[in-house]
Amino acid sequence: MLGPLLAGIYGTILPAFGHLPAAGLTGPSLDAFRALFDWPGLPHAVTLSLTTGLTTTFIALFIVVGLVAGWSGTRSFRALERALSPLLSVPHAAAAFGLAFLIAPSGWIARAGSPWLTGWDRPPDVLILQDHWGLTMTAGLIIKEIPFLLLMTLAALGQADVVRARTVAAALGYGRVTGWLKCVFPRVYSQIRLPVYVVLAYGMSVVDVAVILGPNTPPPLSVQIVRWMSAPDFNARLLANAAAILQLALVIGALLVWRLGEGLVAMLGRRWIMAGTRSTCDPVIAAASVTLAATSALAIGGGLAVLAVWSFAGFWGFPDALPDAFSLQNWSRHASGLGDALGQTVLIAACVTLVSLALAIGCLEAEHRHGLRLTQRGMWLLYLPLIVPQTAFLPGLQTFLLNAGLDTGIAPVMLAHLVFVLPYVFLSLADPFRAWDRRTATVAAALGASPNRVLWAVRLPMLLRPVLTATAVGLSVSVGQYLPTLLIGGGRVSTLTTEAVALSSGGDRRAIATYALMQTAAALVPFALALGLPALAYRNRKGLQHG
Amino acid sequence: MDDGLALRDVTIAKAGVPLVRIDHHIHPGEALTVMGPSGVGKSTLLAFVTGTLSPAFTATGRIMLDGHDITDAPPHKRHIGILFQDDLLFPHLTVGQNLGFGLAPGGSRASRKARIDAALAEVDLAGYADRDPATLSGGQKARVALMRMLLSDPCALLLDEAFSRLDAALRAQVRDLVFARAMARQLPVLMVTHDVEDARAAGGAVITLA
Repeated sequence: MLGPLLAGIYGTILPAFGHLPAAGLTGPSLDAFRALFDWPGLPHAVTLSLTTGLTTTFIALFIVVGLVAGWSGTRSFRALERALSPLLSVPHAAAAFGLAFLIAPSGWIARAGSPWLTGWDRPPDVLILQDHWGLTMTAGLIIKEIPFLLLMTLAALGQADVVRARTVAAALGYGRVTGWLKCVFPRVYSQIRLPVYVVLAYGMSVVDVAVILGPNTPPPLSVQIVRWMSAPDFNARLLANAAAILQLALVIGALLVWRLGEGLVAMLGRRWIMAGTRSTCDPVIAAASVTLAATSALAIGGGLAVLAVWSFAGFWGFPDALPDAFSLQNWSRHASGLGDALGQTVLIAACVTLVSLALAIGCLEAEHRHGLRLTQRGMWLLYLPLIVPQTAFLPGLQTFLLNAGLDTGIAPVMLAHLVFVLPYVFLSLADPFRAWDRRTATVAAALGASPNRVLWAVRLPMLLRPVLTATAVGLSVSVGQYLPTLLIGGGRVSTLTTEAVALSSGGDRRAIATYALMQTAAALVPFALALGLPALAYRNRKGLQHG
Repeated sequence: MDDGLALRDVTIAKAGVPLVRIDHHIHPGEALTVMGPSGVGKSTLLAFVTGTLSPAFTATGRIMLDGHDITDAPPHKRHIGILFQDDLLFPHLTVGQNLGFGLAPGGSRASRKARIDAALAEVDLAGYADRDPATLSGGQKARVALMRMLLSDPCALLLDEAFSRLDAALRAQVRDLVFARAMARQLPVLMVTHDVEDARAAGGAVITLA
């Protein structure tokens, strides 16, 4: 998996320093960097990249930690967990569109309060979407990263002895939140550190959400890189590669700052633990985090609802809360385009997911048979493609494939998707596979079953649920990929995601709504099946109903 | 003379520290009980015999089964059956399918089904073939696990604390059943346990590890 990553970074570095033999350029030179630093938008683009990434990570982590600390084990926590889990698979672009349709000056929230509350009979002239400081973009990222961090935290909690830690802390007189922060959080954070880094790097370099919700002039650095990449002249390409190197450096710098921050928090935390404080604003933190988490779940859910309304809407004048009429006209108008894009999306997602499953199961089975175990360093390698910003290595990978003559067709796009899908598939399979009782394999072997028969007839059927969940994760990750499809496909491979994002500049809300909903469906339906199929297949098997 | 399960000069060590040393020949229809507190490597010995020893351990010595050296054979070619303290019935299969998984291949569908039904009848579970194993009681599961193992025609039987999860009354009953079936088939039995009652019921030699 490191192959495409290294090829991509290498292919980014060379042109950045003015070496692009295909264009008759031989470096090294610093012209591209000089041009980059001359670009007047650079300071703002860099600032946006940093503030978006750091703010998103900090707020999302704060909400998730507050939520788990204050509520885990309670009934409302389980309700919220159930509401947030499916939202994980909602693609970023669809969530961003939904949020836009909710909070825009002419969005659902403004309509609901107009004119009786606000007195508006026209959309107010305020810049909410694409605001200069990227606040809406940050909000759009936060609502999507909360489910991700929450599920990662819940997975980590399984390995920390949480219930007993809480009992002990409570017996010593500690409040719920304070006790959790002091006893459990240090253990949990070391487990979710890599996912947190993924959120940070992603927030700094995201493209599709930034195109939809982020400012335009100047845009965040990642969006500008893509603009330069798709410009026709070679100088812009060189500029893009130089900016990609800068992006990579920024992400590395931000990760270092975050790491230093971890050390600082740990130091202050130890002092706080030694001080013996029993309770510090526990109810405030608990109430704030649950309110924010519920708001973010509502924002995604409400966003999807408003997308659905728009996709069936006839005429819909401003202050009206609902359209005058509903019809299937939008859907039938876009039917052929949707069909083509859906076909491409499903083809790519299915192939990539199948290959990822085969590789991940192969790895885990080899681990099981040969008694190996992935080390901490191995985990870093697995997470690397998720942490290195896409904008830093995809331009180089594209150049690399171009030089190798492999830049056409759908196969390179699949390869690029694989880089991002495989880690998620592996991560979602790894825990259940490792938790599987090894003695089951011993018994089966003692009954004369060969290792392959044990795998196919015992292990995989018993692990049907996690395998299907991993399949759904793989499909939804592939469906949501924007930049790899756009760059590696050279604009000639159109999936639901690239089409939907491409529509964002046009402002045709009905078209956007149909594509974004279709994109959501392509990611969500597999999840519904992954939940439903095992329940159906094992409806008469009590031992597997909660596995 | 060579029949049975022989452990010849077996030594198992972890990081160079020897845990288990054993040299014993278990004849057909005999039992050897290995006792000792938890953590002394009793289960490790069984893992060596079944061929599933973790790479963290090193083992020397040979395992002979009915005169054949099986030390280097893969686990599924050893013909050694094992019962753990948990029944480990496959939860995705019915009781009958679990037994069918263990039954050595060959024979018509009807004759295989007949053998499965007969095996269930032998332990008073006639008519249970289509049941979901999760709906069985602890004693019933233990009996199904025993018959599943015996149907695979093992040449030796290992018991890894096999009765420690069962409550007292059930425990004696299942234990007697297991030993009766093993003796009837003239199997050599290697048992690890920390319960003196188990050792007494087995009746054979006892080795205590410390």
